[in-house]
Amino acid sequence: MNALKKALGLVWIVLGPASIIFMFMQAFEKIGLAEEGVHKTNTALQWGIILFIFIPISAGLVIFGYYAWKGEYDNLPED
Amino acid sequence: MSQEPQQTGIFKVIGASSLGTLIEWYDFYIFGSLATIIGSQLFPADAGASALINTLAIFAAGFIVRPFGALVFGRLGDLIGRKYTFLLTLVLMGGSTFLIGLIPSYSSIGYAAPILVLILRLIQGLALGGEYGGAATYVAEHAPAHKRGFFTSWIQTTATGGLFLSLGIIVLTKNLVGAESFADWGWRIPFLLSILLVGVSIYIRMKMHESPMFTKLKSEGKVSKNPLKESFNNKTNFKMVLLALFGATMGQGVIWYTGQFYAQSFIENTCHVDFNDSRYILLWGIAFATPFFVIFGSWSDKVGRKWIMLAGMLLGVIFYRPIYQIFLDDTDVSKIEQKDIAEISNPVVTRTAVAGTTDSLITTSSTVSLLDGGSFLKVQSHTKFADPAKSAVELPDAYKDKKLSTPIFWKFVLLIFFQILLVTMVYGPIAAFLVELFPTKIRYTSMSLPYHVGNGVFGGLVPFIATLIASFSGSTPLSGLWYPIGIAALSLLIGTVYLSNKKPDHNEGDSEIH
Repeated sequence: MNALKKALGLVWIVLGPASIIFMFMQAFEKIGLAEEGVHKTNTALQWGIILFIFIPISAGLVIFGYYAWKGEYDNLPED
Repeated sequence: MSQEPQQTGIFKVIGASSLGTLIEWYDFYIFGSLATIIGSQLFPADAGASALINTLAIFAAGFIVRPFGALVFGRLGDLIGRKYTFLLTLVLMGGSTFLIGLIPSYSSIGYAAPILVLILRLIQGLALGGEYGGAATYVAEHAPAHKRGFFTSWIQTTATGGLFLSLGIIVLTKNLVGAESFADWGWRIPFLLSILLVGVSIYIRMKMHESPMFTKLKSEGKVSKNPLKESFNNKTNFKMVLLALFGATMGQGVIWYTGQFYAQSFIENTCHVDFNDSRYILLWGIAFATPFFVIFGSWSDKVGRKWIMLAGMLLGVIFYRPIYQIFLDDTDVSKIEQKDIAEISNPVVTRTAVAGTTDSLITTSSTVSLLDGGSFLKVQSHTKFADPAKSAVELPDAYKDKKLSTPIFWKFVLLIFFQILLVTMVYGPIAAFLVELFPTKIRYTSMSLPYHVGNGVFGGLVPFIATLIASFSGSTPLSGLWYPIGIAALSLLIGTVYLSNKKPDHNEGDSEIH
């Protein structure tokens, strides 16, 4: 199980930046498709908020992956 | 503190904590439930700047601010104590809710109305961020180790209870004052009512004592000097914060908000079920499922927290799409044949001028009653051009205000009940799970952040992101479900691999949890 924990750690390290790139691509696409005016402003605002929230969370996923890869979760305090 | 505290004592602690937390959830949810009416009263209809404020107030403040409230009040709770901190959050929440009910409309005070709503909504979000962690910690620190899941599960009923109370009071008020008066001034009643509920709860909480574990820490001079630094700068603790978020609260949050928010939104907005019916379905589902918070919380004391929570996520991943497909199929009027129709009411024709032109929109509405007891409103529209040379343009028929037949209604209640049952599986044991991950001196701070990121952000965004995905080109009405399914599956995988299934040590004393 510890080997799996470490191997998956690498997956989380990759998944963090990949999710941010995906969200940026979606944001650019949806803002570009929105009608000019209030609708475009609102779409940009909503995607701005989504990116503002999820970038730190994605960074957290990378740190989680790093800890897992380093074996920090091999022996948890409550085990 | 004795190994078996006086039952009446612990139930007083639970009662006082739960009542306040329930009222905070009530305050938080009435804003969301009445967002459309608030928008029409307090925001101008078509101004650009107001749209920004509207979006920030309704969309952002409710979700983003909760984790910040967790940090601000969590830190306070670990520094000055649990009792005074969650007393403060209650006052802030109740006060801001009451004031929202008093704010004059946009037509009276202009942009001051939406700006004041935004400020009060921010205070609501901050207060809620501080409340839950305090209440869960407070109860857990009074509970014996082997009954921690059972006792904290009462706190877990409050979020659903607050939703139930908000829906019930909104439906009751609307039926009492009438739809027109409710949209005009009646919507303020649920907000104003909050001050009475909060007053009672403050009175009860004032009589409570500080948590015995925090009191002990304080007397020994071991209270944390800087809870934020110790929670997030200390690798040993920070890695548990991340594990709690990605392995538990993230998945729990999307299961919670899919079963209790997105389901109702889907039934009302995608299936076009009548306003009251869609809320009654949820109310019945909540009423039947709520006892299971306590059942699963108690069971987690015997078998451990992990597998109960993860089973709830797994069942959500498997069953969400089939359940929502049934919602769609059973409200699909295209399947209705002539022999199923009992009566079609006389059509009501309305003519509306198309803004900026001399053209008109002609709408013909008729109520179709079915033999099985169901009914719906069929709306046919076409544009009539002022220029006689142009022929009328027919718009697609719309079907609204669907009232379900009794068997379909109860089938929907059963499906909602099942989804809330999953909520009780993931949510019932999670307070005990979180408090057991962190040491007393930084528990309030450490458990509040993953809880509110998981619920406020991952969970709270379910309706928005699911609706957004469903609006993409090539998507179906069920496409939005990929967001909660994907997040729950990810959390299920992380939880399965990384979480341990700690069973409470029945010989463990009550003096320390971690």
